[in-house]
Amino acid sequence: MTLWWIGNVVLLLVIVPVVVILLRGVLNAAKATSGTVDALRPVAEAASKDLDAVELLNTTQEQVSQTVAVVANYGGSLDTILEDA
Amino acid sequence: MEPAAVVTLIAVVLVILALVVYLVAVILELRKITAGLDAVIESVGGIVSKSKPVNGVVESINKDLSAGTDLLEGLLEKKAGKDDAAGLVESVFPGAGAAVLERQGRTGEVKNIDEVYTRGALQLARLGRESPLGAGPVSGAALRDPTNSSTAARSLYSHPGSPVADEPGGPSHQPRSPTIGAEAPADGDSASDKSKASDGE
Repeated sequence: MTLWWIGNVVLLLVIVPVVVILLRGVLNAAKATSGTVDALRPVAEAASKDLDAVELLNTTQEQVSQTVAVVANYGGSLDTILEDA
Repeated sequence: MEPAAVVTLIAVVLVILALVVYLVAVILELRKITAGLDAVIESVGGIVSKSKPVNGVVESINKDLSAGTDLLEGLLEKKAGKDDAAGLVESVFPGAGAAVLERQGRTGEVKNIDEVYTRGALQLARLGRESPLGAGPVSGAALRDPTNSSTAARSLYSHPGSPVADEPGGPSHQPRSPTIGAEAPADGDSASDKSKASDGE
C-alpha cells in the first residue's frame, strides 16, 4: 500500500508535469511554425511577382542578337575604311 | 474503492486529459501550417516556372555578347595591333587591359595609351571630309605640328580634360570621341574648325 501511494505521488508530481511540459513544447513549436509559414506567404508571392519581368529576357535576347549583328556589320565597315596596324 | 486507487485513477485521467487537449491543439496548428504551405507552394511553383527559362536565355545572351566582344577585340587588334588594343581597352575600362592580354595568350604590362590615342585620332581625322588632317594620307610627312602635337590632338576632343582634375577640386572628364567630320557640332572646339578659321584668314 505504501508503494502504491509513493507511485501516486510520483505520478502526480513528476509524470503529469513532465507530460504537460513536453506537450506544451510541441504546441509552442507548432504555433511558431504556423507564424513563420504565414509570414512566408507574402514573401513568396512578392518573389513570384518580381519574376514577372523575366519574360522580358526574351526581348533582351532578341535585342542583343540584333545589336551584335549591327555591330558586326559596323565592324566590317570599319575594317574596310580604317588601315590595319 | 480504496483511496489510493482513486488517486491513481485521477492521475491517469489528468494525464489523458493533458494528452487530448495538447494533441488536439497541435493537430489544429498542423492543419493551419498545411493550409499555409499550400498557399506558399503556389507562389513557389510560380517562381520555379518563371525562372525556368532564365538559364538558357542568359547563356544565349552571354554567347551573343561574347561573340560581339571577340569580334570587336579582333578588329581592334587588327587595326591597332595587339599592344595598342590592350592599352586602348585599358584606357577606357581600367583593369580590363590585362584580360585582353590574357585572351591574347600573353602576359606583362598593359601599354599606357594615355588620354589621346594619336594614331586613332589621325585615322578618324582622315575620315573627316573637310578636315585638313584628312587631306593627306596617313603615311608620309607629319601633318600636325610636331612641337605641339599633343595640343593639336587634344583639340580634336570636345572635352579636352583628363580623368584627373587639372586643379584640386576642378572638373575631370573622360576623353570623348573626336568632334570631326561633316556632322561635327558647330560650337565644338575641334581642330577642323580652328583650321578652317585659319584657312579663311
